[in-house]
Amino acid sequence: MEQSKIITIKNLVKKFPVGKGFFIALNGINTGFEQGEFAGLVGPSGSGKTTLLNIIGSLDSPSEGSAEVLGYSVGSLTHKQAAMLRRQHIGFIFQTFNLLPVYTVFENIEFPLLLMNMTATERTKAVHDAIEWVGLGDKIKSRPAMLSGGECQRVAIARAMVKKPEIVLADEPTANLDAENSHHILQTMEKLNKELKTTFIFATHDEKVINYLHRKIQLFDGKIAKDELIKSI
Amino acid sequence: MIKFLFIGLLRDRSRSLMPILIVAIGVMLSVFMYCYLLGLMGDMIDFNARFATGHVKIMTHAYAENQDQNPNDLALLETNSLIGNLKTEFPDMDWVQRIKFGGLIDVPDENGETKTQGTGFGMAYDIISENSTEIERMNLEKALVKGTLPKHKNEILLSDDFAQKLNVNLGQSITLISSTMYGEMAIFNFNVVGTIKFGTQVLDKGGIVADISGIQDALNMENAAGEILGFLNSKVYLDEEANRVASVFNEKYRNSDDVFSPIMLRLKEQSFLSSYLDLIDSMQGIIISMFILVMAIVLWNTGLIGGLRRYGEIGVRLAIGEDHHHIYKMMIYESILIGIVGSTLGTIVGLFLAYLMQEIGIDISSIMRNNTLMMQSVFRAKITPPAFYIGFIPGIFAIVLGTMLSGIGIYKRKTAQLFKELEV
Ligand SMILES: Nc1ncnc2c1ncn2[C@@H]1O[C@H](COP(=O)(O)OP(=O)(O)OP(=O)(O)O)[C@@H](O)[C@H]1O
Ligand SMILES: [Mg+2]
Repeated sequence: MEQSKIITIKNLVKKFPVGKGFFIALNGINTGFEQGEFAGLVGPSGSGKTTLLNIIGSLDSPSEGSAEVLGYSVGSLTHKQAAMLRRQHIGFIFQTFNLLPVYTVFENIEFPLLLMNMTATERTKAVHDAIEWVGLGDKIKSRPAMLSGGECQRVAIARAMVKKPEIVLADEPTANLDAENSHHILQTMEKLNKELKTTFIFATHDEKVINYLHRKIQLFDGKIAKDELIKSI
Repeated sequence: MIKFLFIGLLRDRSRSLMPILIVAIGVMLSVFMYCYLLGLMGDMIDFNARFATGHVKIMTHAYAENQDQNPNDLALLETNSLIGNLKTEFPDMDWVQRIKFGGLIDVPDENGETKTQGTGFGMAYDIISENSTEIERMNLEKALVKGTLPKHKNEILLSDDFAQKLNVNLGQSITLISSTMYGEMAIFNFNVVGTIKFGTQVLDKGGIVADISGIQDALNMENAAGEILGFLNSKVYLDEEANRVASVFNEKYRNSDDVFSPIMLRLKEQSFLSSYLDLIDSMQGIIISMFILVMAIVLWNTGLIGGLRRYGEIGVRLAIGEDHHHIYKMMIYESILIGIVGSTLGTIVGLFLAYLMQEIGIDISSIMRNNTLMMQSVFRAKITPPAFYIGFIPGIFAIVLGTMLSGIGIYKRKTAQLFKELEV
């Protein structure tokens, strides 16, 4: 059972220095994720969702306990190794889409591949595939400023997915979208999860997102309050 | 990746335009300034060559040692044959004799009694011979205030101020009282045919310009001259060439046991000019370092502002998995691209301006109104091969340095805050 987990978190504590003392944002988290999950961290504001996502994404490291991602222990990675882990294996989707404004849709999606020493032909193929997945074939040469919010987020999904990472982390991906666009991108991600077996982990308190989740992990005050499977994979 | 950076620079004008402009302006200024100073120094050296030192100058050993006293008793002898030899040995050069002299100018009244008197300092050039090169070289025609240039050997020019002080009219006869080469008293009459403006106070107070043959007569210096000046046909002073000529000459004629034997000194060996020439050499270094320093500081600031603008972009790139070092490196590559474009532009514009200034020059004669013997009335720049690279490499260096300094901030960026920062 343990072997099939691609993320294993044990006794994870995250403290932030505040004034003279500490603020404990995560307090003894024990959990794990298997390949292909479509899971969400839910909970009230300040419950530690983003903090946990940060650690899984090797953007931050645990204060105590351990977080193992794809066999790497996040706490002991150097900056360079952490960057490498993100570059090769993890895709990020942000609340504000954070596309690079000077580049076209194609170039934005191509960017992560440029960091991976792929040939131009390989890159072009991968980008076209990714654009296909999110259904933006006709916007390939557009710049972000010309796209709607929903389209921007689909580009961001394509950018996260283009390198076919094992894990995609999405922090409030629907916060800036209307209902229709929210459903659209969630359906897209659900489809990709099914087809490519990519593990999706969300941090959200959006009911629309929660309705799509296969697994719901409730955080409360830095602890897991409830961890329930909703749909089996 | 480079293509990617290039696209970014092309599309985001504010990322590229400002630094390109700064680099271009800086490079342009240095190229132009370099050419301008070189032209100015060149003018100064050129002026000294014409007026005092020649590109090379021949004197006797003894004369050379007491040059500032114009010791005509130590003058060169047999100068006509010496010049003849020089013309065959160095046919590309122009050789001229000159005599500097001092004396009393006595202005008689109608009865031949002394009306006024004044001490003057004079220079004798070859003015009246048919193919005189000295009139042009000494700017004599333009420096003339009244009258004409001497056409006979007993005709003479006085500085305009001196003539007024002595109350001399054109066409009037004056007497030069001086000493001959052999130390006897020399008294000789000249006709004043014109007045001239030198442009320096000392000479304008009591300057005399005469034809060399007249002064040779007056000072009993038949076939003798204080100095023989040689000019290269390159017009500009070339130290190596002058050196070559001087060594050939000195090898043949110099005899250090004989104080009356001739010695040839090149321009660089005479007086204060050597330090000017050295200054020209170091000027390149001074301009370059000044330029790099100023530009780098300006570009450092531009880089900091640019860094603020691109805060979000850098955050995303870090999240996507580009490491700090790679981002830093890419920014430096970007700056090299900017540097190449800016430096190229700057060099082209700077050279163009310098070219205009070289070919046309800034003519200040309308401002100065009166031309003088000493004053160059047209300022010119001078383009030399270093002008083509003097701004280019430092232009790139400065922006790279500025970017390196401003980019250090990237290393301070903590990934732990990225999610939060990017939510904004
Ligand atoms: N760098 C930090 N320094 C101090 N406290 C922090 C830091 N980062 C997070 N916190 C605190 O940790 C707690 C958890 O933060 P976190 O961002 O994980 O919450 P969240 O569940 O994502 O909330 P939201 O739904 O509002 O995004 C918060 O109380 C927050 O103030
Ligand atoms: Mg959050």
